[in-house]
Amino acid sequence: MPASAKRKGPSEPHAPEEAAKSRNGHAGHEVDPGLLLKFYRDMLLIRRFEERAGQLYGMGLIGGFCHLYIGQEAVVVGLQHALKDGDRVVTTYRDHGHMLACGMDPKGVMAELTGRRTGYSKGKGGSMHMFSREKNFYGGHGIVGASVPIGTGLGFAAKYTGSDAIAVTYFGDGAVNQGQVHESMNMAALWHLPVLYVIENNKYGMGTSVERASASKELFRVGCYAGVPGEQTDGMDVVAVHEAGRKAVDYIRSGQGPRILEMQTYRYRGHSMSDPAKYRSRDEVTRMRTERDPIDHAGRLLLAAGTVTEDKLKEIDREVRAAVAEAAEFAQNSPEPDPAELYTDVLVPA
Amino acid sequence: MAELTYREAVAAGIAQEMARDPNVVFLGEDVAAAGGVFKATVGLLEQFGPRRVRDTPISEQAILGAAMGAAMTGLRPIAEIMFSDFLAVCWDIVANEIAKTRYMTAGQVTLPLVIRTANGGGSRFGAQHSQSVENWAMAVPGLKVVAPSNPADVKGLLAAAIRDDDPVVFFEHKSLYAVKGEVPDGEHIERLGTAKVLRDGRDVTVLALAAMVPKALAAAERLAAEHRIEATVIDVRSLVPLDTETILREVVKTGRVATVEENPRLCGWGAEIASIVAEECFWDLDAPIVRITTPHVPLPSADNLEDATVPTVERIVATLRQAID
Repeated sequence: MPASAKRKGPSEPHAPEEAAKSRNGHAGHEVDPGLLLKFYRDMLLIRRFEERAGQLYGMGLIGGFCHLYIGQEAVVVGLQHALKDGDRVVTTYRDHGHMLACGMDPKGVMAELTGRRTGYSKGKGGSMHMFSREKNFYGGHGIVGASVPIGTGLGFAAKYTGSDAIAVTYFGDGAVNQGQVHESMNMAALWHLPVLYVIENNKYGMGTSVERASASKELFRVGCYAGVPGEQTDGMDVVAVHEAGRKAVDYIRSGQGPRILEMQTYRYRGHSMSDPAKYRSRDEVTRMRTERDPIDHAGRLLLAAGTVTEDKLKEIDREVRAAVAEAAEFAQNSPEPDPAELYTDVLVPA
Repeated sequence: MAELTYREAVAAGIAQEMARDPNVVFLGEDVAAAGGVFKATVGLLEQFGPRRVRDTPISEQAILGAAMGAAMTGLRPIAEIMFSDFLAVCWDIVANEIAKTRYMTAGQVTLPLVIRTANGGGSRFGAQHSQSVENWAMAVPGLKVVAPSNPADVKGLLAAAIRDDDPVVFFEHKSLYAVKGEVPDGEHIERLGTAKVLRDGRDVTVLALAAMVPKALAAAERLAAEHRIEATVIDVRSLVPLDTETILREVVKTGRVATVEENPRLCGWGAEIASIVAEECFWDLDAPIVRITTPHVPLPSADNLEDATVPTVERIVATLRQAID
């Protein structure tokens, strides 16, 4: 039950010594240096990818909505590394990072963002709606809260077929106040479904802060009524995320039913590219970026462990930038969708 | 041939498909232990067990979310939404998620699921338990929409819907559940997207759906006996896909067309058919298109008021007589 919840969120009035631990090391979890290096690379790929997506949006090459994941990278990277092949993932509209963390090709993702025929949905999905059956990634959903019942269904199917797969359903702090979250958690608890509910609490549901939107600030307690255990974790610390994810996944895979992880995280950019984010101070954003950046944090851990050099980290950055540049080039050079695609995939062809 | 009620045909159709495919799973409120509030799913729990026939909490969004997530990974769920009015409670999952996912994934993900729901008036249930909402579903690209009028079609079309790889909204009419009819023995499956000509006539082609079909047939008999008007009656059966081939062929034969619809008038399914008929065979028409519908009002509860809203045999007869004379 949530009584054992950890409380060390980045914008909570956290204890200075705990913050220091987070900056200099981490809260006591040991991690394999090779795995930490993977976390670092995966987070950096998302960061650079999103930076480039922001640029392409500014250049008019990406239209519509574009919700960047910058700042939240540790959440999906730490959790995805706690899963195994066959586990299913579903998320909301801030989904580019999830797709990359699931192993989807940055080229196909960028091509979808730019509305090209080589995109994962051939240009018919866009930023918010990409899927990969191959990678067990089930979207990419634009309606706040909708990933929760769908993810519950993914877990239901896993249990029904006797598979040991689990379903991870990501959603934000804003979605916690949606009725379907309550419905789904009750059903999952009632049927002992293998579902991990991940609340990415980035502090703002569009322009409304959690303080102004939620009567309780303890979002991890949302499953209390149904008896779904919840825990709060520092979502800016990839090691802590991974550790919490690993424990939750073990618990779920052992057949004990669903769990909730509330990840205390932060988005650096606005809700979408069109949001100037005037509802929070520049200082707040600057403080999070300089003091709590998840990638800097992982980099410091790696250097402190003495397993990699600054040069190695720079090399990784060069590799990641090259991969992102390749994706952007691929996207820009890909043809627009075939107009005939407009009418396909509405229903299965007769 | 066995004589079954419409409600028995529902259970028979589900049982036929559950017996043949272990991926078919059935969930909904009071569908298992109670056999459904309309007793349309009696015996399924006993036959297939609680793993496959599942009572759910009263949580329509979670029911359809569970069905969708399951369908995305290859199961063939049948989800019951007890009254079609309650589709409004979970319309996000229907219209934004289930209907659009195949398109948004460029065909990577199919959603072979059926949403069964009790539709329609005539039971004095009032405005929130009596609506005919087939036109809601018809308005959303990515859904198939079926509404059977008799036990044989219930079994055959439900089986077809379960086997179909697209999401199908299957509207059962609650005032038809007690109606009896012959159902073929053994495996019975119909083809989705096909209308059925039930009666041939030279004067007018009447298109009806679900509970309006027996009324249209009764009206046609009276028009023939009392007024020497011979009507063709078509059971539309499927709104999406719509069997325009059969409909237009039969309209051209008589040169007159009338729809009998239980949904409220504005944007009812007959409006779409009227538009298609006007575009495709205007010059074959001898008279304006007639729509006999429920007026654009919520369904009232009192006997006389509800009877005055949903089309009756008397109203169909009177309207067609006037249109033809």
